Amino acid sequence: MRLLSGYIVGLVFGLGIAISGMINPAKVLNFFDIAGTWDPSLAFVMGGALVTTFIGYRLVWRRPAPMIGGGFQLPTNTRLDARLIGGSAVFGLGWGIAGFCPGAALPALGTGQVGVFAFVAALLAGIWVARAVQAGLDARREESAA
Amino acid sequence: MTGIETAFTPLQSLLGGALIGLSAVLLMLAQGRIMGATGILSGLITGGTPGDKGWRAAMVAGMISGPLLIVGLTGQMPVVEVPVSLPMVLIGGFIVGIGVTFGSGCTSGHGVCGMARLSKRSFAATATFMVVCLATVFVIRHVLGV
Repeated sequence: MRLLSGYIVGLVFGLGIAISGMINPAKVLNFFDIAGTWDPSLAFVMGGALVTTFIGYRLVWRRPAPMIGGGFQLPTNTRLDARLIGGSAVFGLGWGIAGFCPGAALPALGTGQVGVFAFVAALLAGIWVARAVQAGLDARREESAA
Repeated sequence: MTGIETAFTPLQSLLGGALIGLSAVLLMLAQGRIMGATGILSGLITGGTPGDKGWRAAMVAGMISGPLLIVGLTGQMPVVEVPVSLPMVLIGGFIVGIGVTFGSGCTSGHGVCGMARLSKRSFAATATFMVVCLATVFVIRHVLGV
């Protein structure tokens, strides 16, 4: 059931990324290029996704629990810290350079283009390195707290 | 340099965005989880139980099936134009990987799911990466002229 639900969620997401145009980095970068070849389409992607999720989440949360597993697993951290803001700024920099964000690149793998595979390989390397650095920082913080 | 012109597609983008939102709602309904590409990938490459990796892999497979289903239905592959050089794709990809790890999410996790939950952290993260991406694209295209 978990496998099937995962696949279906992925498929609907992939269809959405492809139909919306998010799959195309040229279109994504044009959204941010107001001074050049501006294409405001992405505002509609974001709007459609946000309204659907906002309403859908509230309908789902009327249930006591999800269909599979114990309960809803929602983030509880509410702190605005340097890691969140710094990390997001670094993400914005990379997004502006490459034109892909992780969620758009994964479905784009289906088109078989070399550039997409290159992006995803570099993305995975970046996540792996950052996770290792993060684990090191956390360990040091715990040591100094102890 | 200016970007490749892309057509303004408000209706497709809205429909695709609604599908992205629907996939987030389906994952909340099925497993009670936030749908973020960063979280899916992180869980795939580090830690986690085999069962946990299984549904994540199934979701990535579903994402990749999205554009393929479109080819099957319409006979046309969704357009993916990478308007930047391969080194920029690789550098950008690595930077995105670092950023989304420290920032705990990307466009799907923060921009769609987190903002739909009215999470303060996700509003801050999304505003940060959107503004930095905007500035990056401006500098690359209109200041450096790459």
